[in-house]
Amino acid sequence: MKLSHAYIAMRGIIKREIWRFLKQGERFVAALVRPLVWLFIFAAGFRSTLGIAIIPPYETYILYEVYICAGLIGMIQLFNGMQSSLSMVYDREMGSMKTLLISPLPRWFLLLSKLLAGTLVSILQVYVFLVVAWFYDIQAPWFGYLTILPALILVGLMLGGLGMLLSTFVKQLENFSGVMNFVIFPMFFMSTALYPLWKIKESSEWLYLFASYNPFSQGVELIRFAMYGQFNLYAFCYTVVCLIIFMGFAIMGYQPSKGMRVKN
Amino acid sequence: MNSNIVTIPALELEQLSYAYGEKVALKQLSFSVQQGECCLLLGPNGAGKSTLFSLITNLFNSRQGQILIDGVDIKKDPCQALAHLGVVFQQSTLDLGLTVLENLQYHAALHGIAGRRAATRIQQELERQQMHQRRHEKVRQLNGGHRRRLEIARALLHNPTLLLLDEPTVGLDLPSRDNLVKYVHSLSKEHNIAVLWATHLIDEIYPSDQLVILSKGEVKARGTTADICSEYQCDDISTAFQRLTVGAENEA
Repeated sequence: MKLSHAYIAMRGIIKREIWRFLKQGERFVAALVRPLVWLFIFAAGFRSTLGIAIIPPYETYILYEVYICAGLIGMIQLFNGMQSSLSMVYDREMGSMKTLLISPLPRWFLLLSKLLAGTLVSILQVYVFLVVAWFYDIQAPWFGYLTILPALILVGLMLGGLGMLLSTFVKQLENFSGVMNFVIFPMFFMSTALYPLWKIKESSEWLYLFASYNPFSQGVELIRFAMYGQFNLYAFCYTVVCLIIFMGFAIMGYQPSKGMRVKN
Repeated sequence: MNSNIVTIPALELEQLSYAYGEKVALKQLSFSVQQGECCLLLGPNGAGKSTLFSLITNLFNSRQGQILIDGVDIKKDPCQALAHLGVVFQQSTLDLGLTVLENLQYHAALHGIAGRRAATRIQQELERQQMHQRRHEKVRQLNGGHRRRLEIARALLHNPTLLLLDEPTVGLDLPSRDNLVKYVHSLSKEHNIAVLWATHLIDEIYPSDQLVILSKGEVKARGTTADICSEYQCDDISTAFQRLTVGAENEA
């Protein structure tokens, strides 16, 4: 693989993903409205009922909106990862996945580029969300907006990898609602996105166990710490391991020996 | 010119087999397509044409047999082999929401072509298809004939030596179909591009074309229309085709 070819191809794949995202105005609005509804309505409603004690990385008592912010960033990336997965199933049904896979580059590289492209689209959404949140008085320290970036890349890749893995199992677009019910919702609700682990433990031990081992929780924690310029080593390692597992199986699922089932 | 120079076939299949579980789709297929040759792959539905295309494009791989594209074994060096290949699938694979230009730029990038070189190649291919004026239009706005022309322009963008066409005329009106058939034949003659064209439409055949009749995953006949007709003592290729593939579609 020539490096210049790989670079041009990766840039092309990223450009296409961004073109597609920007041209789908409704997708951009939906991606932004979803977390904002949670922030403006759900979090505001829960503010008085849920008190958050001082827990790292926060140094003072915080409002619930501040706590939930990292979770909502995770939510944007989770939905984007699943959206990419959905678009891969769609591309496979429509045939445009073939265009990618018959390119003269290693398949793992093509899939990784596609994953990176989806991640960058999610990061674009996250920063727009952070701008709106900033005006709503949810403000991280200025350096947090920089230190969050590597965390967003890693978590985006991990969740995108999960989406890609799921797309190898979902053969038809119509089956995708199952992914919503059995993957996205449990992952989001059984995580630290909405409530801290100690709160979950108070109410249910098994829920606590699920939440602690949920890769999405670790992704959210990595983002939460990074937003305040701190590094959560455990969450980082957990996310990296999950990324390798998801991506590895996804690449295996797209190998030619598995055949690419396409309805003609 | 040295007449002893051996030209490498653009495509060479040797003892190629493939099965979906227990169901055999291709049985020890062997044939080649020479540089500049237009080869039509004729077969009823279920003959194995699409499976063969999936194998040549490395979407599937086979444990049995060998595929050489321009002398490169697709199993040993898939990237090098695929670089020589241009493909138009039966089902359109264009991005409907993107413009003509964006679709071509994306394809060029996948083949490592960018900047001025990409712009020049895109312009050349669009002009060849008389579509340069429409480069800023979304693909969704194009009719079926223009979409097909765009797909051919895209498949030729990286100067492949072998062009694969999987029933590209399906769904086209008669004038668009005629133009496409003429254009593809001119590609092989004037630009020395080898073409492997899967079809089941007899009227797309030119007398000079090489034919491969495929049925139940096997090559039943190989040669020009005249060769096959004389071998099977038929008046026309349509009769020969029917005789060679009788009952195949019902069994597939």
